[in-house]
Amino acid sequence: MVPGPRSGLSVALRWLLFAILGLFALVYLFPLFVMIVTSLKTLDEVRAGNLLSLPPNPTLEPWISAWSTTCVGLTCEGLKGYFLNSILMTVPAVAISAVLGALNGYVLTKWRFKGDGIVFALILFGCFIPFQIVLLPMARTLGLLGLASSTPGLIFVHVVYGLCFTTLFFRNYYAAFPNDLVKSAMIDGAGFFRIFWRILLPNSIPIIVVTVIWQFTNIWNDFLFGVSFAGGGSAMPVTVALNNIVNSSTGVKEYNVHMAAAIIAALPTLVVYVLAGRYFVRGLMAGAVKG
Amino acid sequence: MASLTIQNVIKRYGAIEILKGIDIDIDDGEFLVLVGPSGCGKSTLLNMIAGLDTVSDGTIAIDGRRVNELHPKDRDIAMVFQSYALYPNMSVEQNIGFGLEMRGVPKEDRAKAIADVARLLQMEHLLKRKPSQLSGGQRQRVAMGRALVRDPKVFLFDEPLSNLDAKLRVEMRTEIKKLHQRLKSTIVYVTHDQIEAMTLATRIAVMRAGELQQLGTPREIYDRPANTFVAGFMGSPPMNLIKAKVVDHNGGPHAAIDRLQDGEIVLPLPANDGLRGAAGREIILGLRPENITDPQGAVSGGGPVLETDCLIEVTEPTGPDLIAVVEMGGKEVLARLRPDAEARAGQRSRLVFDMGKAVVFDAGTEARIA
Repeated sequence: MVPGPRSGLSVALRWLLFAILGLFALVYLFPLFVMIVTSLKTLDEVRAGNLLSLPPNPTLEPWISAWSTTCVGLTCEGLKGYFLNSILMTVPAVAISAVLGALNGYVLTKWRFKGDGIVFALILFGCFIPFQIVLLPMARTLGLLGLASSTPGLIFVHVVYGLCFTTLFFRNYYAAFPNDLVKSAMIDGAGFFRIFWRILLPNSIPIIVVTVIWQFTNIWNDFLFGVSFAGGGSAMPVTVALNNIVNSSTGVKEYNVHMAAAIIAALPTLVVYVLAGRYFVRGLMAGAVKG
Repeated sequence: MASLTIQNVIKRYGAIEILKGIDIDIDDGEFLVLVGPSGCGKSTLLNMIAGLDTVSDGTIAIDGRRVNELHPKDRDIAMVFQSYALYPNMSVEQNIGFGLEMRGVPKEDRAKAIADVARLLQMEHLLKRKPSQLSGGQRQRVAMGRALVRDPKVFLFDEPLSNLDAKLRVEMRTEIKKLHQRLKSTIVYVTHDQIEAMTLATRIAVMRAGELQQLGTPREIYDRPANTFVAGFMGSPPMNLIKAKVVDHNGGPHAAIDRLQDGEIVLPLPANDGLRGAAGREIILGLRPENITDPQGAVSGGGPVLETDCLIEVTEPTGPDLIAVVEMGGKEVLARLRPDAEARAGQRSRLVFDMGKAVVFDAGTEARIA
């Protein structure tokens, strides 16, 4: 944008724009605000005060309870075990689906074969299959594989489901990747995997970041697969555990603990987005313009 | 360094023939330039030599060994791409050393080879930089360094200068020529720029629509073009191609050409077997602009000469020359005069036709007959 002398009207419009944007920001931040203040109050303060009031004596007690003592179903050891479950599920699932997606993208763009378009179309089709449709066949498959109610089983499900998206991301990124680099590396004597490892991957940082954020958010936040394939077991991910805390029908509703637990469960995706977010937009835009 | 043989090479995509049987044979140390307009198949042929494209039919041999089935890395070739194809994640040093690394050359030997090439190309100070920190000319240099360091049998260049600006292009052209004279390596070079072809090549292969039009030294291609396409493609401004009819005049073959303003002109043709008994035949006369000039500028090579007045339509001073346009056989014909020649648009001026270097093409087949 070219800076220049501004008329009174354009200044007014600018402030109006800021005001509207500010309003939207407030609307979106409002629930988070309520969650945070509630999680820092005692249960008595929650009952006594109103939703928006600041905690008179901020306490971390609800957070500690959510992490290590609150009851999930019948066990009362807090979220920490399930949080670990989610990490053990999400990290390998993200890594495996990203690597396989990158390999697929590499083959579909740089080692073209007869019918590669159809293969890609079929993989792409997988992006549009709703979760619910695969629940029964997947449950049967996991049972046959002996992976039911286990973390490897959930990893398997998420890899299979994520593959369509990661393949799409990497294929489109590598479609714009110069073929001359691959040819040059071939003449230099690099083979299939060496070209991938030494030439393609080091130049794929933006799309790797996009894929990791996308996959991490989806897999971490997934509830349906978690509740369907590991709902009652020890492999239960944190999202399902959170649901079970909140849905416990016995005793008093500990709103402050629920809020703390919800924030804990949402924290990792926030952290990933904040750390890698600046690459996210850049990655989505990559290849859109020349240069 | 090695010889290169291309024998009846055909490239098909489905039913379409991209290359229709190419035969080229060059010796050790030759600089072969493949030249032709876009889509003539020259880059495809280069890719086939490199092994990046399969050969549908025919044989490609390097140093007498058939390489059709060999993987690019086993052909002992190096290629410089139009886009330079430098690996963006690696430093200049790593770029140059990558091929050696892939071939398992020990680190110390690699470092020495890289240092040698960097010195040869005067880019020692660039070794630690990334490609994105280099100018176009420097990238070009790195791309050449990457090819040179491997000391391959054959160097392949795919339009290496076309991404550079005009001034740099001329500089790099000279540098490539110097490099070839120094290293005496076998080079195959693809370009669509006929000046690059003329200046660099020891042999030029002119291609068009998947067919080899002519293979010869730059002089042969320039002086004795095989057909009107080669004649029109090589040279700037291009050779004048004028419709004419062979007539017998004073006992020798002459070319009679119609002119709108000045009436028929009859130019003597060089005595040549191809024109024996050709009287009455329709031909296309090929005459380079430098062979039509003003009387002071005329230097005869000993062939037949004709001096006559012509109506100048336009004059275009280029600096070293004055290009004059006259009308002959219904076409604009360019004459190259001295810059201070007395020629004005709209006036008649005396021109000398030096017919010693004239070539004659058949009007139907457009192939050269004399």
